[in-house]
Amino acid sequence: MSIEVQNIRKTFGSFTALDGVSLTVGAGELVALLGPSGSGKTTLLRIIAGLEQSDPGSGPILFHDEDVGGRRIGDRAVGFVFQHYALFRHMTVFDNVAFGLRVRPRKSRPSDALIRHKVDQLLQLVQLDTFATRYPHQLSGGQRQRVALARALAIEPKVLLLDEPFGALDAKVRQELRRWLRRLHDEIHVTSVFVTHDQEEALELADRVVVMNEGRIEQIGAPDEVFHHPATEFVMNFLGQVNLFGGRVEEGKIHFSTVAFDAPEHAQLQNQPVKVFIRPHEFEVGEFTDGQTCIRATISRINSAGPNVRLLLMAETGESLSVELPQERFRQLKLQAGSQVYLTPRGLKVFGDDYVI
Amino acid sequence: MPSEQPKARKPRRGEAVTEPLWIRCALTAVALGFLGLLLMLPLAAIFVQAFEKGWEAYLAALTDPETIAAIRLTLLVAAVAVPLNTVFGVAAAWAISKFEFPGKNLLTTLIDLPYSVSPVIAGMIFVLLFAPGGWFGPWLEAIHLKIIFAVPGMILATLFVTFPFVARELIPLMQSQGIEEEEAARALGAGGWQIFWRVTLPNIKWGLLYGIILCNARCMGEFGAVSVVSGVALTLTLQVESLYKQNMTAAFAVASLLTLLGVVTLVLKSLLEWKIPKQTAEEAMGYCGD
Repeated sequence: MSIEVQNIRKTFGSFTALDGVSLTVGAGELVALLGPSGSGKTTLLRIIAGLEQSDPGSGPILFHDEDVGGRRIGDRAVGFVFQHYALFRHMTVFDNVAFGLRVRPRKSRPSDALIRHKVDQLLQLVQLDTFATRYPHQLSGGQRQRVALARALAIEPKVLLLDEPFGALDAKVRQELRRWLRRLHDEIHVTSVFVTHDQEEALELADRVVVMNEGRIEQIGAPDEVFHHPATEFVMNFLGQVNLFGGRVEEGKIHFSTVAFDAPEHAQLQNQPVKVFIRPHEFEVGEFTDGQTCIRATISRINSAGPNVRLLLMAETGESLSVELPQERFRQLKLQAGSQVYLTPRGLKVFGDDYVI
Repeated sequence: MPSEQPKARKPRRGEAVTEPLWIRCALTAVALGFLGLLLMLPLAAIFVQAFEKGWEAYLAALTDPETIAAIRLTLLVAAVAVPLNTVFGVAAAWAISKFEFPGKNLLTTLIDLPYSVSPVIAGMIFVLLFAPGGWFGPWLEAIHLKIIFAVPGMILATLFVTFPFVARELIPLMQSQGIEEEEAARALGAGGWQIFWRVTLPNIKWGLLYGIILCNARCMGEFGAVSVVSGVALTLTLQVESLYKQNMTAAFAVASLLTLLGVVTLVLKSLLEWKIPKQTAEEAMGYCGD
């Protein structure tokens, strides 16, 4: 079932949470709403669910081309997973999962035997079949999140909405659960939207990522696309670490720090200020200068715990830089705090006031 | 389950905040002495007085028709006031903690009103409203309904005084529990009543019971408001006062009943207090540890 929202607005008092947002999610897709807190991502999710109403004048909310804007959440057939799970604390795992079936009107309510069968099946799906008689407070965070998911799936939702599903978990559990959710999604293929502020999570898990900022959508695209071809400065900045230089374009060249790069496509611009972004892994680190394109810098700190070595450096022009390089290369260069190196940018992203290079 | 959670060891108080032994002993002694003088001694005195003329006099005082009638009336007042205030308290707490609506702050303040108004004044208000010369007096007389100086007035006055007990107990509890579980229930297709009976009520049952017990104790122990509007029929507290002028021993015998009620309330209250933090602590513990 596809989801389409058009021109959604929502204000809370004087705060604009959503400022005319339109979005289409294809049937069976897994989409991430990614943004910092206050970007409106959770509000958008809650409006899609029917937990909040969009402001008058907003466009429709379509599920499979049918307007559900006037329906209450209970009638929209959505499964909603809350950030803090919101499990019913006085009910066992089994009763939690069975809840959505038991509250149905008598004529559409399945028999007890059928409910039992269905709940058992769901608990197997989320690998918690041996925990049926436990209470929420007897479970770990990851287990609780899976109960919440099973409970949401019990009503056979057409759409699954997850609000920061892994936000409250340890890093390790989060990663496991993330992979598990991706596998589950590939198995059951229910149209899913999840909210996160963790770019790594969005990029790893989603088919498409919607990057939001201040109530607007900055960019929608596949993880690869938003990461490598950010449409705006915000997206560049938000998805991973960056080094920022103030520069200018002059006579077809971009000048920043002590280097200059050709930009023939902007030959017509004269002395235009720009911002130059370079990701930490897009520097080549060398011991010798190769002339024009290097930035000379001094290493101030080395952190080699991890798959890559991260260097903090001070450029000779005063900028503080962060650079990542493979362990092997790091050992080759025999780098130490205080050593001087030459950095060659391999990829850069340039944003002016209203254009992108 | 305790077996799954690592047992939390109580952190020992730092040396820095510990006082010398003699100060600790002295402070404890002062506190105990104060308690003994102000609480235990009077409590003992009640029973000593009540049994001064022996078991038979005690039983005779309690089985006196007037006392029996007073017990009946007290139970009747409580039987009407406690359920009404329970329903009201739950409804108000639910509205205040789970919904946003204009006038919410005003409602919260109004619930507290009976706390700040002296019970005697509360009784006077009802006299002013319902007494023969009062605002609704002529109309009440026309339909032959006697409220003031009769049982309905006593029930009304008690209702007013015990109004906040259940609501005040529930509001902070329900606010701390938030509305996520209710939202989850709604998302799963439950209706308003289903959410209330299956999700909200089970979550607040201990707090609710606590509020009911306090409300009941106050109902049965209320004196000021009830004495202003009472007529011939007396509740237990009024009966104690009336006996006090004629027959000390009988007065203390009846008083001992009220004291026992107080002790029972206290025990139940402690039991619940032990139960509630245990429940929430268990949940809180479970919710932060993975």
